[in-house]
Amino acid sequence: MIYKFNFRKDVQYIVVAAVVIFFAFVPLFGSTYTLTLSSTIMMYIVMSLSWSMFSGPTGYISLASGAFVGLGFYASGFLSSSLPLPMLMLVGGLVSFALAAIIGAVTLRLRGVYFTIFTFCLVELVKAVMTWYEIMIVRKRGLNVRNFGTDTAFYAMLVMVAITLIVVVVIKQSRFGMALTGIGESEDAASHIGIHTTRTKVFGFAISAFLMGTVGAVRATMLHHIDPGSSFNMMFSFLPVLMCVFGGMKTFLGPIIGAAVFAILQYSLITEMPQIYMIIFGAIMILAILFMPTGIVGVYERVINRIKKGKSKKGGTDDANA
Amino acid sequence: MPMLEATGISKAFGGLAAVSKVDISVNEGEILGLIGPNGAGKTTLFNLISGAIQMDSGTAVFEGKRISGMKPYQICRLGIGRSFQAAKNFDGMPVHQNVLMGALFGKKGQSAANASKIVDEVLDFVNLNELRDKMVHDIPLASQKRLEVARALATRPKLLLLDEMMAGLNPSEVGEAMELVTKIRDSGITIIMIEHVMKAIMKICDRIVVLHHGAKIAEGAPQEIAANKTVIEVYLGEC
Repeated sequence: MIYKFNFRKDVQYIVVAAVVIFFAFVPLFGSTYTLTLSSTIMMYIVMSLSWSMFSGPTGYISLASGAFVGLGFYASGFLSSSLPLPMLMLVGGLVSFALAAIIGAVTLRLRGVYFTIFTFCLVELVKAVMTWYEIMIVRKRGLNVRNFGTDTAFYAMLVMVAITLIVVVVIKQSRFGMALTGIGESEDAASHIGIHTTRTKVFGFAISAFLMGTVGAVRATMLHHIDPGSSFNMMFSFLPVLMCVFGGMKTFLGPIIGAAVFAILQYSLITEMPQIYMIIFGAIMILAILFMPTGIVGVYERVINRIKKGKSKKGGTDDANA
Repeated sequence: MPMLEATGISKAFGGLAAVSKVDISVNEGEILGLIGPNGAGKTTLFNLISGAIQMDSGTAVFEGKRISGMKPYQICRLGIGRSFQAAKNFDGMPVHQNVLMGALFGKKGQSAANASKIVDEVLDFVNLNELRDKMVHDIPLASQKRLEVARALATRPKLLLLDEMMAGLNPSEVGEAMELVTKIRDSGITIIMIEHVMKAIMKICDRIVVLHHGAKIAEGAPQEIAANKTVIEVYLGEC
């Protein structure tokens, strides 16, 4: 397999890399508000990319993201007074990785909607355990988290975006990525051509959980105080799914664009019209799912195709009706 | 010693015995036919041999290694390939990539260069080279069934399990499929095939096993089976 430069495909990687590099200079001129918004956007990008990395090709829709982000929150909550930020991210990632591996080994035998329901319940389960722990054992609600500064959090998020992008691109082109796609296309066929389906699924699920855990750890340092409700938040579980649907699921750019548009929309609605923010947000989501089932990237591709078709019609070479 | 020897294998779903105490063996270089009315347990038997489901009792030994209890991917890597009754291709991929999947994962540590060589060979072998860049749902049923076989062949099996590869094909396509099966055997691969197309079974099989209600009711050369009274009763009803 010789690598050929494909303009349409590879230009998107270059553009994304350029944007990431541009972001590195934002703290030099951006306000605190800009930095916080950018950090949120980047967190959402990591979440939607890592979610789509596993759920996109395999078709196993996970709603456990809230549990992994929450574990990252609590890794920071427990350890922020004694460890530097990179260590907190590593711990948050590893704990999430471990939970995903254990849960995956048990539940990835479940197919389709059963897996989704289980992961949905997982978030509530972890939240309940943490609440019980705080009420019964330590008798103190929530934890305080050390703030490492807006700039530090910003750069930590940026590093995670870069790492996630690399992981996603590498996996997409690797044998492992092909195995994940094979499982999504036909799990039976995949297992009978020598793919270790269980191990592939568990590992893919755990890697995506690791990435979510790391950004959770960073996010917590931006919040000063965390508790089980804010950490193991169902919103974090639905966000990646919605962002991927919004942006376009099976494309590289879809989850990134979806996350960015989503975060900006969320922030501007909250600041402009806080009373009816949820109503408008919900309406936009419903409209998006109804009218853009293939997401923003899908709409873009349809428009491009229509323009191309229009052009060829004028040239008299249209054979679409033939 | 037979290449594959399964003794006393049983499988029940709930209270229903899908396969009960079946002995089946296949010798190297043979084409073994597996027939029986609908619901006789033929596909279940394939699922048991290939590891898709675990047997309740009995053992299966392939080339001296016990394969009962192994996972499908392990059994595949030992050299047992299979195709599915309803084609289970990777619909989102072009034809050549379907075959590449088999070549890449079929043997541990297969290099990419080697795998793409296997893809060319196999596509040539099953006559799908012209369709190699087409998507799966754009090619005719007969070709989709061939692709099933191609994907299994790309894993470099020694034994191939073919599940009704001729169902739904027209007579000329059946002829081509029969040619393909013979060609696969001549290339040194042993075959067990489930088939309802009697013309094909009688012509190309060396030996036939008949299943009914999960049990083996007859075994022998095609002529013997065609003359067997129990088999005729099972197929045509008691007269």
